[in-house]
Amino acid sequence: MPPHAYDEMLLPDGSHRAHYRGYGAWLQSQLPDRLARRRAEADSLFHRVGITFAVYGEDEGTERLIPFDVVPRILPADEWQFLEAGLRQRVRALNAFLADVYHEQSILHAGIVPAELILCNAQYRPEMQGIDVPGGIYAHIAGIDVVRGGDGQFHVLEDNLRVPSGVSYMLENRKMMMRLFPELFARHSVAPVEHYPDVLLENLRSVAPVGVADPTVALLTPGAHNSAYFEHAFLAQQMGIELVEGQDLFVRDDAVYMRTTRGPRRLDVIYRRIDDDFLDPLAFQPDSMLGVPGLLSVYRAGRVTIANAIGTGIADDKSIYPYVPDMIGFYLGETPLLANVPTYVLRRPEDLAYTLAHLDELVVKEVHGAGGYGMLIGPAATRAELDAFRQRIIANPAGYIAQPTLALSTCPTFVEAGLAPRHIDLRPYVLSGREITIVPGGLTRVALRDGSLVVNSSQGGGTKDTWVLER
Amino acid sequence: MLSRTADHLFWMSRQIERAEGLARILDAHYRHALLPHTADVVARDWRATLGSLGVLDAYLARHGSLSPATAFRFLAFDRDHGGSIVSCLWQARENARAVRGTITSEMWETLNATWLEIRGVEPDTGDGAIGDFLEWVRYRAHLSRGVTLGTMLRDEAFRFTRIGTFLEGADATARMLLARSRPGYAPVDDPAGPDAYVWTLLLRSLSAFEVYRKVYRDAVTPWRVTELLVLRDDLPRSLHRCTNEIYTNLCAVANDQSAETERRAGELQSTFRFGRLEHLLAPGLAEFLDAFLGRIGDLGQRIAQDFLVPATPY
Repeated sequence: MPPHAYDEMLLPDGSHRAHYRGYGAWLQSQLPDRLARRRAEADSLFHRVGITFAVYGEDEGTERLIPFDVVPRILPADEWQFLEAGLRQRVRALNAFLADVYHEQSILHAGIVPAELILCNAQYRPEMQGIDVPGGIYAHIAGIDVVRGGDGQFHVLEDNLRVPSGVSYMLENRKMMMRLFPELFARHSVAPVEHYPDVLLENLRSVAPVGVADPTVALLTPGAHNSAYFEHAFLAQQMGIELVEGQDLFVRDDAVYMRTTRGPRRLDVIYRRIDDDFLDPLAFQPDSMLGVPGLLSVYRAGRVTIANAIGTGIADDKSIYPYVPDMIGFYLGETPLLANVPTYVLRRPEDLAYTLAHLDELVVKEVHGAGGYGMLIGPAATRAELDAFRQRIIANPAGYIAQPTLALSTCPTFVEAGLAPRHIDLRPYVLSGREITIVPGGLTRVALRDGSLVVNSSQGGGTKDTWVLER
Repeated sequence: MLSRTADHLFWMSRQIERAEGLARILDAHYRHALLPHTADVVARDWRATLGSLGVLDAYLARHGSLSPATAFRFLAFDRDHGGSIVSCLWQARENARAVRGTITSEMWETLNATWLEIRGVEPDTGDGAIGDFLEWVRYRAHLSRGVTLGTMLRDEAFRFTRIGTFLEGADATARMLLARSRPGYAPVDDPAGPDAYVWTLLLRSLSAFEVYRKVYRDAVTPWRVTELLVLRDDLPRSLHRCTNEIYTNLCAVANDQSAETERRAGELQSTFRFGRLEHLLAPGLAEFLDAFLGRIGDLGQRIAQDFLVPATPY
């Protein structure tokens, strides 16, 4: 474990930070097995409610829970205000960047972002060039992964602008905490998150094609076998919109329709939870069964809104990430409030040389990887793993970035041996439409294995409820 | 609503009802099996039960000879047999999962909990275990219907759920009667006949024994039991009642291609509303029931075509 991780709850002298005092006193008054019983209760409730994710390739009924930890991650009001301002700024710049890339490309002409990084990137969608989208918004729903370093400062680790997931856990974790420990909510003024679906629906309606007075919105899912299906169904239900699959939609006369028991019904906004590649077999992957033939042409004609827009992947690609602070200066004329994690761009010879010399200290990521795959954590790697990764880097330096191993902050977490510090991150959800809205908090992910820095649920991570205190 | 959603709702409720129907059919079977019987009669009863469900050949192909324990496991616990109770509850749950955004959370949790419970049950054919299990299935079905009635908006989704319930309910009642009738058999209005006790058991399996007493205030005769289960419009599981519900709910969701399906449902309902039992049973009870099951099957197919999986894009 890297030294000097910032503890979210405790000061170095072992006393509670101010915003954890109330919770800390309550925690000490709890009988030891009460928390264990509550945790078991949470597990059985999550199973019954079916808040599970399917494990690919396993038998029916092997639906796993994402482990839920009963110790909340608490943020004081002033820290949240700062974070919120930083997130707004960052997402405004990212949307401005997307609009620019798919129109004038002034940031490329100005030489701030190298043109070949965009134009030769598989995430760049030439089909979007010159297309106007409602309100100029591309990333309607952004999940920005934020971590706190050893110095107590927040850094953005990653922007997720394609189909960020996990918000259902934010909502269900809160519901669970209120059910398990109602007394805690009487004592703390925790900012509510329950209105997220309302805000999301309003946001989606606000970006309907021009001239549609009462837009019909639907959520497009790959289907019940997708690992995030629970979330798709949950959000559709909470918003009161149809949960559709590709087979439920068809294109006719430059419009998208749903097949209903009463005949075709026109659709105006599609909140899609499938990747660009699968959206339209006529335009992208021809063998995709998940999409809707002809969807792209309707979209390009401005007769349906797709959220997030096609082609947002160009802005959250890891090769573009190092340039986000520059975008904030270029488009907004502002100084970034939230810093990036220092990043070595291995297509630069000096960064490559440094990285190869310090491989055992760094985290190296594939620029197109996601979900914690395709990643080397230097300090935790064996000699053989380091050597193998070194060869991969040398073979294709432009395919990688490197970052110092972050001392992600820790939060006390209930594990087999009792309470112990575990590394966490935070994913707030930033909604952009007519305006920007952020529900206070987000999803806190926790690396449950001792010393592990990987919080992804596909890699043994769990989640916590996230409290933003109102005072 | 989406055609695919309607399809899932229709099958979700059908599968619950089918699981309950199977439990009642097995219950009737075991009540009958408590009477003193020779081994020949036991085998004949299983043939009748499996035959009434249309799965005798499938069973024999899988297991060869008839053994009570094997037959029970086949109908209750065989996951490879799509018509077993456990398979029905799994399919009901999977259909619910596909539309969990359309049904209420309480409905989903009820169906999911049913599945989670049965998934852990070991097939047990020991003393009392079968009865307990069949009762559990019935109560889970009661719960599923109750949560549907108690929480669901009375919209199209509800209508399709009800159509599935009553199509399957009509089917189950007809099959239970069928299991007690041989070709050419005509029920008699005589309490002294050798079969009278069997008909009492049938009433109990359909939760209709007390109802019978209340309605007839007289001894049980095969004729009256048939009349009750076929013609009474106030008995929840009678053929008349089920066809009333199918027709009413179908009219409520009618679209511009469903006129013929409505007509057929109305025609079927009319035979019970205006028909006389002696005319309906003229060809024999088994023959009447076979024809009825055919018409129920036809309605199910037509509903699928008209609403659930439109063959061509509009």
